[in-house]
Amino acid sequence: MFQALKNFYHKLGSFPWFYKISGKVIPIVGFFSILLIVISSIWGLFFSPTDAVQGDVYRIIYFHVPAVSVSQVIYYSMSVAAGVFLIWRMKMAGVYIKSLAPIGAAFTFIGLLSGAIWGQPTWGTWWVWDARLTSTLVLFLFYLAIIGMQSTFASRKSADTAVSIITLVGVVNLPIVKKSVDWWNTLHQPASISISGESSISSEMLIPLLLSILGIYLFVFFTGLLFMRAEISSREQNKEWFKKLSSNN
Amino acid sequence: MKQHRLKRLYGVLFIVFCSALAFVLVYFAIRDNVNLFYSPSDLFESPPQGRNAIRAGGLVEIGSLRRSKDSLEIEFIITDLKKSIAVNYTGILPDLFKENAGVVATGYFDKNKMSLDAYQILAKHDENYVPKEVKKALEK
Repeated sequence: MFQALKNFYHKLGSFPWFYKISGKVIPIVGFFSILLIVISSIWGLFFSPTDAVQGDVYRIIYFHVPAVSVSQVIYYSMSVAAGVFLIWRMKMAGVYIKSLAPIGAAFTFIGLLSGAIWGQPTWGTWWVWDARLTSTLVLFLFYLAIIGMQSTFASRKSADTAVSIITLVGVVNLPIVKKSVDWWNTLHQPASISISGESSISSEMLIPLLLSILGIYLFVFFTGLLFMRAEISSREQNKEWFKKLSSNN
Repeated sequence: MKQHRLKRLYGVLFIVFCSALAFVLVYFAIRDNVNLFYSPSDLFESPPQGRNAIRAGGLVEIGSLRRSKDSLEIEFIITDLKKSIAVNYTGILPDLFKENAGVVATGYFDKNKMSLDAYQILAKHDENYVPKEVKKALEK
């Protein structure tokens, strides 16, 4: 078992292997992610019941929650990759961070934007400097720093190293984003979905929400693989295996 | 783990530790301002000094809301179920503002009357989502 995991880990670091496998996986993941997003959007926007307090405006939850949720998960995974890059010098980890950072930034932005659109009619304001909103903005700025840093180095290796360090510095912000609504007085309410206990959102609304979250996670998997393939092609274009591959096609 | 990798692992942990330390220090520097609002109990315990605007938050007490007949002026009481303060405000209210719901009011605090002269009212909603029909059925 351990040996199999170790083998998988070594394979993951291999560009030709990843390029071959991802080519097969991408269409499948892409199809299911789009399918789930379409189903959950229609379900959430037209068929899930109207909320007793907020009315129909609450339906933006089907975009807001998946976006902010995935933006945090992407950052966690990037910091694991940053650790792997710094300790094992695995080039694939550098490719991973570079490819996923713009996706994470995009979803953090969607989360902030949809939150503002939601906040205006319900809370009465687009923005308030409470701990949840501010720490999410900090997360967005870390993403921008990671993206900006990629192009400020002459060599790929030093860029990946510096970016990994910045990623690790920002990971401390994530528990703050998550727990801010419990630790301090904020305008933003605490979480509605609970993994360990009972969720405070009724199941008729929760099921399309979970579907939309799954759809967005698959979408990130899909776009992440696409971006990583593009990054690998640009880094490895002069390598023997890549030339052989492109001449075969 | 090989020796040089172990060394780099310590480096990684050191980066995370330093960053966490920085966040903690910043938190201690601003800890009085991290909370978005004061609860009525906070205001009774240590009334704010000076003439700066503050935010007070809690629930709108049931039965305390008074609307003026010929203007947008309203009065209500914010409570945290232990202490309460009076609030007056003139202007448009957010959709979710109502009695027994969360509210955050920004304005100038009068220590003598324990009341807030608010210029902004924000509604705070809780984490519960219930279908309209279910709630109606429950109330019957």
